[in-house]
Amino acid sequence: MVANFGFGALWIAFLASLFGIAAAVYGVRKNAPAWVDSSRNAMLLTFPLLTLAALSIIYLLVTGHYEVEYVAEVTSNSMPLYLRVTALWGGQAGSLVFWTWLMAAFASAVTLRKWERDREFLPWVVVVSLVTLSFFLVMIIFFENPFARLWSVPLGQPVKAMFPPAGAELLSVPDGRGLNPLLRHPGMIIHPPMLYLGFVSFVIPFAFAIAALVTGRTDDRWIRITRRWTLVAWLFLSLGLILGGRWAYDVLGWGGYWGWDPVEIAAFMPWLTGTAFLHSVMIQEKRGLLKHWNMVLIILTYALVIFGTFLTRSGVLSSVHAFAQSAIGPLFFAFIGLTFITSLALLLNRWNELKSDTEMTSLLSREALFLLNNLLFMGILVICFWGVMFPLVSELLTNEKKTVGPPFYESAAGPLFAGLLLLMGIAPLAAWRHSTAKTLGRAMWKPGLFSLAVVAVIYVTGVHNPIALLGFWLSAFVASVTLYEFWRGAMARHAKSGESLPVALWRLAGRNRRRYGGYVIHLGVVLMAIGIIGIELFQTETQGTIGQGEQMNLGRYSIKFDSLSVFDTADGRNVARAVVGVYKDNQYIGELHPRRDYYYESQQPMTIPGVRSTWEDDFYVLLVDWQPVSTAGATFKVYHNPLVNWLWLGGLVFILGTLVAAWPDRDPEVEAIRARRPEYAPVKA
Amino acid sequence: MKRLFPAITLILVMLLTLPALAQEGGPNMPTDDEVNAIAKGLYCPVCENIPLDVCGTQACAQWRELIREKLSQGWSEGQIKQYFADQYGDRVLATPPARGLNWLVYLVPPLLIAAGVYILFRALRAWQRPVAPAMPDGSLAEGQDEYVLRVEEELRKRP
Repeated sequence: MVANFGFGALWIAFLASLFGIAAAVYGVRKNAPAWVDSSRNAMLLTFPLLTLAALSIIYLLVTGHYEVEYVAEVTSNSMPLYLRVTALWGGQAGSLVFWTWLMAAFASAVTLRKWERDREFLPWVVVVSLVTLSFFLVMIIFFENPFARLWSVPLGQPVKAMFPPAGAELLSVPDGRGLNPLLRHPGMIIHPPMLYLGFVSFVIPFAFAIAALVTGRTDDRWIRITRRWTLVAWLFLSLGLILGGRWAYDVLGWGGYWGWDPVEIAAFMPWLTGTAFLHSVMIQEKRGLLKHWNMVLIILTYALVIFGTFLTRSGVLSSVHAFAQSAIGPLFFAFIGLTFITSLALLLNRWNELKSDTEMTSLLSREALFLLNNLLFMGILVICFWGVMFPLVSELLTNEKKTVGPPFYESAAGPLFAGLLLLMGIAPLAAWRHSTAKTLGRAMWKPGLFSLAVVAVIYVTGVHNPIALLGFWLSAFVASVTLYEFWRGAMARHAKSGESLPVALWRLAGRNRRRYGGYVIHLGVVLMAIGIIGIELFQTETQGTIGQGEQMNLGRYSIKFDSLSVFDTADGRNVARAVVGVYKDNQYIGELHPRRDYYYESQQPMTIPGVRSTWEDDFYVLLVDWQPVSTAGATFKVYHNPLVNWLWLGGLVFILGTLVAAWPDRDPEVEAIRARRPEYAPVKA
Repeated sequence: MKRLFPAITLILVMLLTLPALAQEGGPNMPTDDEVNAIAKGLYCPVCENIPLDVCGTQACAQWRELIREKLSQGWSEGQIKQYFADQYGDRVLATPPARGLNWLVYLVPPLLIAAGVYILFRALRAWQRPVAPAMPDGSLAEGQDEYVLRVEEELRKRP
């Protein structure tokens, strides 16, 4: 019953979306505000409807209605309540519903908050949001229905269908297969919603950009309206990526955090264009330049958001041919193509109206350096995109799959990342409009000298790897430039107003939160870079089989195999848990418990590392294999990951900086507009 | 013929147990680390995007034993990788070998980036007209002063 109810809610939401699109277009064309208002109401209606649909799925998941195929796929009797609820996004069909629910929530929030203020844009924002929403609803209703049930028919195999085929009865299924054990981890529970939030909130700035193109209001109004949306979208996307990395490190058991897997890259690509966009909109705001380019960037970001969902959801990655046979793949492809071409056509239509107000005056100005930053981000995007696409192209043309693995991305994108770090050090010192080598040099020599001194110290302590030295120099340079910026600002305020230094620093950051939040983000990137240099260039590993009481060495560390126990747990796992003593320089420093969990239901093993984590390094032990008689020995793989904790600390600082930049404040613009509201009142037809 | 069978089986069993025995400490047997060093650069066709050295499946464990066997026979890393590529196709290699269509993977990104550099260069040239020295170097003052100016402006704005 609940399944029918949820399915009905999906259908009504879909019809409301279609109506909303038509009403908005009609209302604007005929200048009939009643129709436009009606479209907005249709938009607002989708949110409660999709909430009902999502709640229906959650109800089915929690109560164990395994005759619903999706429920059987992602839950089982042994799973705890919170995992059953979060199984909403544990599989394909449910996660698509979750996507549309978020989309409806965000689009409703926009139309509720700013309806009066941006009446000219909002009908088109509603259209773009609803087009996106209805596309996803088509996917769900016609191809990936989470409410489809299994029916037993008198003859033959059970049938999967929404409604009973003739003579069929509901199949009674006692238990489900259960969620993939890899996904039963706190990181994996928060990671997908964060990514989806990021994906979905990027639709809002895109919708405003399209509205600006359609209405011809091509000044930077759309950018100012969506500034915070963009930051919020970026915040969630960054958070999703960082959490994904942490999950991989904790759960996948290969001693790393990022494997350049196409699925990871799918989420990374919109982040790249989004980051480029965040920088380049500043040029438009400050200097009135790059209006075309910002449009291109936001259109690309939207296309990549849909493309990312497509890559992970259509099965195209396992095989081009599987994709061609599935219904969802070509549909996705067509949707990306259509929206992309339509957006570009709209942009070309307004091309001449988007000419720059002013001119670029110096190659060393901040705007020129931001352009270089954009070039590097786009370079990394090209590498990522092509790395993901080439195996598909190759399979299509030659029928032979190829692997484009980490060495390709690392050697191709590594120098570009280094270039970005360098720019991160120089650009904050360059002034808008006018900057010369002389002024830049004057601002740069102190942090430059300091960072060289840091590298000299690092060299003396025994690090001679040239790439590492370059990386550490860049990190030190950016860190000192950024901290120096804080210092100079706070000192100037302190001297001028007599505020104490901490107060001056606090107020300075409060005055220009986007700028100083951005600097905090830069510091986060530096910390992450230190962690990445540590683990990428200095990771060591060894593997071996040792008997009970025997030792195995890796650098200054060694482990001693104490014992191993194998037992079953109440939640359906078979656990093999080793106890190893860890020694550093022959001093006992603690005990680790690497495990291998085998899930009976899904027949999947999961390797949980034993990790000893400090600011200096992580000592990461995996249980690879063991003999039936544990005294005979067990095989361990041991990683030494220097500095990797700085990566996670950097992630935290990064998110903190984004929060500083995006935190809502009393918007003087809103106040001003409220004061002169009549001007924005609806035009009566 | 019938006698051959047990003999072959025996040889096979010996071959299969050889690595296990050697693991116990045979003098010339390759270590796990030597095997992993090569496995790191290989991908089995089934476990997508998981390098062979960390893959947990049975099939991948067998591949690793195969590497150990080849190593003990004196094969080089290149020969072993080539062996797997011949058997299962180029997809087992971490990056496509630079030949034929594969060149595209190495050429397209640099070409596109070079195009980007060119477009950016052209755009900057087009934007950068000779401007009247509206802001000559002197009036700009020093970075420090520019800072003080901005902070002062912010102070003025303070309620």
